[in-house]
Amino acid sequence: MKKSQKAATNLSRRKFIVGTAAAGGGLALGFNLPALIDAGIGEAQAQTAAGTEVNAWVVVKPDSTCVIRIARSEMGQGTLTGLAQLVAEELECDWKKVATETIEPGANIARKRVWGDTATGGSRGIRGSQDYVRRGGAAARMMMLQAAAERWKVPVGELTVFNGAVTHAASGRSTSYGRLASAAAKLTPPDPKSIKLKDPKEWKIAGKPIKRLDTAAKLNGSKIYAIDLKLPGMLHAAVKASPVHGGKLASYDEAKVSGMPGVRRVVKVNDGAVAVVADTWWRAKTALDALPIVWDEGTAAIQSSATIAERLKEGLTATGAYAGRNEGDALKAIEGAAKKVEAVYSTPFLSHATMEPMNCTAKVTADKVEVWVATQNADASLAAATEEAGLKLDQGEVHRHDLGGGFGRRGGTQDYTRQAVAIAKQFPGVPVKLIWSREEDQAHDFYRPISQCKLAAGLDESGKLVGLHVRLSGQSINAWLNPPAAKGGNDERQLQGWWKAPGDAQLGYTVPNLLIEYAMRNTHVPVGPWRGVNTNQNGVYMECFIEEVARAAGKDSLEFRRALMGSHPKHLAVLNAAAEKGNWGKPLPSGVHRGIAQFMGYGSYSAAVAEVSVSGRGELKVHRMVLALDCGHAVNPDQIAAQVEGSVAYGLSATFYGECTVEKGRMVELNFHNYPILRLAEMPHVETVIVPSYDFWGGVGEPTICVVAPAVLNALFAATGKPVRSLPLKNVKLA
Amino acid sequence: MAKLNINGKVRDVEVEAGTPLLWVIREQVGLTGTKYGCGVAQCGACSVHINGEVKRSCSIPISEIKPADRIVTIEGLSADSSHPVQRAWAALDVPQCGYCQSGQIMAATALLKKKPKPTDADIDEAMTNICRCGTYQRIREAVHHAAGLAKRKAQA
Repeated sequence: MKKSQKAATNLSRRKFIVGTAAAGGGLALGFNLPALIDAGIGEAQAQTAAGTEVNAWVVVKPDSTCVIRIARSEMGQGTLTGLAQLVAEELECDWKKVATETIEPGANIARKRVWGDTATGGSRGIRGSQDYVRRGGAAARMMMLQAAAERWKVPVGELTVFNGAVTHAASGRSTSYGRLASAAAKLTPPDPKSIKLKDPKEWKIAGKPIKRLDTAAKLNGSKIYAIDLKLPGMLHAAVKASPVHGGKLASYDEAKVSGMPGVRRVVKVNDGAVAVVADTWWRAKTALDALPIVWDEGTAAIQSSATIAERLKEGLTATGAYAGRNEGDALKAIEGAAKKVEAVYSTPFLSHATMEPMNCTAKVTADKVEVWVATQNADASLAAATEEAGLKLDQGEVHRHDLGGGFGRRGGTQDYTRQAVAIAKQFPGVPVKLIWSREEDQAHDFYRPISQCKLAAGLDESGKLVGLHVRLSGQSINAWLNPPAAKGGNDERQLQGWWKAPGDAQLGYTVPNLLIEYAMRNTHVPVGPWRGVNTNQNGVYMECFIEEVARAAGKDSLEFRRALMGSHPKHLAVLNAAAEKGNWGKPLPSGVHRGIAQFMGYGSYSAAVAEVSVSGRGELKVHRMVLALDCGHAVNPDQIAAQVEGSVAYGLSATFYGECTVEKGRMVELNFHNYPILRLAEMPHVETVIVPSYDFWGGVGEPTICVVAPAVLNALFAATGKPVRSLPLKNVKLA
Repeated sequence: MAKLNINGKVRDVEVEAGTPLLWVIREQVGLTGTKYGCGVAQCGACSVHINGEVKRSCSIPISEIKPADRIVTIEGLSADSSHPVQRAWAALDVPQCGYCQSGQIMAATALLKKKPKPTDADIDEAMTNICRCGTYQRIREAVHHAAGLAKRKAQA
């Protein structure tokens, strides 16, 4: 703890790192964050491994092991390894001696957010922090060199550094980072303006397909996920919330279960849920299943998929929709066109179904709350835990665990953390681990929002697109999580992928007369970000419809798109890369058909070619998918490929099977028997083509999912001659 | 009271007869590498070996386990992660979040025991565990890779 105290009194010299961190530490799009917290609360506490903290990002041990601090969450997406690569690249340390350490939000606040944003969503883990983490690594390297120069009394310009060893060639002297660290830590950090980051062409560690740093413990059962935590004296909780969203707990009969093995108590969890606390989780769950509960289901109990679909359908033609884009006169152009194409598409609610169900362990005393939790947003976990405990932010401590899947579920809402604290505060001083059953997890998600989309296009005599009208009708994520951003239904975020502004989710087509509208139609079902958020539904609507329009124009799917993309060279380059690797236009085996799609989201450009066949019995088989991605900079090509493969699996699972339906106000699909997930046998061979253009930083985890479904559906269209306009495919007869 | 042979060690556990093997392994025995995913034998995160066969432990009540049954969990697969399947998983960087991988590895080791040189069709049939991160392509490659490693070991 010596190191921590030193950090507390020595903050000013770290100012430049703080400054650069603040510049990059924006709020993650897609997550509901608590209000920015006042810096400087409580005692500054640096998290230190045994070793010397050179700066906030780098701790060096005597054996030259460099511990790199990671502020973002690791949920499988490989950000931990990628961020370490970026720091190590500038630090010039020995990659074989790199270790990592996760930053806790309390420490971050205590040190005035020196580590920037801890939230991990919107595919921002790398692109949102690359600048300041690289500067952190570079500053540490410069301080090491300065320390060596002072020790040897030679000009710093005469020194070289390689793999954590500093050499003065003229005098034949050499030393290691381990020996320099304590002297380096005492130096004044360099002026941020003096730091010149490496040209990516010079990268030796970043940009390489290096193995992940976090694999070993995932192969032998030793990795402790939040659900695996054991603490002395810990109790276990199973919870049930009102099956109808928004319903309340009316009553329960504790006497019926209080004598069951291991049961300690039945407790209310705020207004809408009840939990059994026992000595093991299985006993808690067994008693909960036996507990008579009466719910006050509320007004939403009359809702169903049918009533929701009606409401959305009304939005397709209603007046007063928000026009996100209105260029030229689309309605008039389509009305006067030689040929008109019109279609209505729809996609359902989807749950995230992370493999690790929601869980959190909490311990509450009169003046402290601690939580052990898998979170995409550690700041939100801290805010939720302290608020629920009735304590101040600096009385909270969040122990972060790597996530057994996130996909947007474990972001800003932190409902499971709140529940755990609400239960644990009824057992002061005793740690209580709350685990949701799979059924609870399916019943109480923040689902991918449901929507319908009506599209109309006009073609001139030559088959050129003269007008396009898109009317989206559906639920708004912002209306649920961040109402000011959806005020009056003017919710730009729901139109992701159709934006005019470049850089994030820009439409790659130029259409002279264009009207893109959104009619907000909310439901009682909680909604939230789901990998790819709105681009994966909007990608289906846009790219499947463009396919219909291309066919109506009598044009090749690729050529029709290309003709619209002259002003969007990056979109076009990625489409071309996918088409080339995907052998577009080349012969195929009998019965195999291709489909193509392109779309943009999360700051990156994506395109896909799918090869499918349909058997005589109507069984769809996806044989091969080629995905092209321009994410600007490629920090770890092998992990990018892994994210693309994962996006294909997640996207295909939604395309084939994904559907959460509503009956009597509650979710119907409560486990994998009726919410099927894509399995290995259905996984196509995926080829990833990374075409980084090195002039921007884009996301990786989410962008490619938006082209998976449309490429497959367009191939299916080619195979059957009929467009599929409603997902999932399990509801569609293909033969 | 039940007598369990887990990873070669015999233990007595005091638990209700209907308790699933998964929760006995996790809560009474204290081995947490075997995961809870669905509780209804759908996802395979809870896969263990019983007498060399892969089984989904979430749906086997402890009363069905005989004292002579040899149960192996991920922790008992090898002392040092040296099983060819574990080495293949490392070589191909298979895991993403990693939560399902204990079960995937247990399913793959059981497959290779039965079929040392599995075809893609064999892998399709045997590897039915759910992975939400979508590591399926690498799992397939890693099973083939592990078959090669095991063969080399056998020849050595």
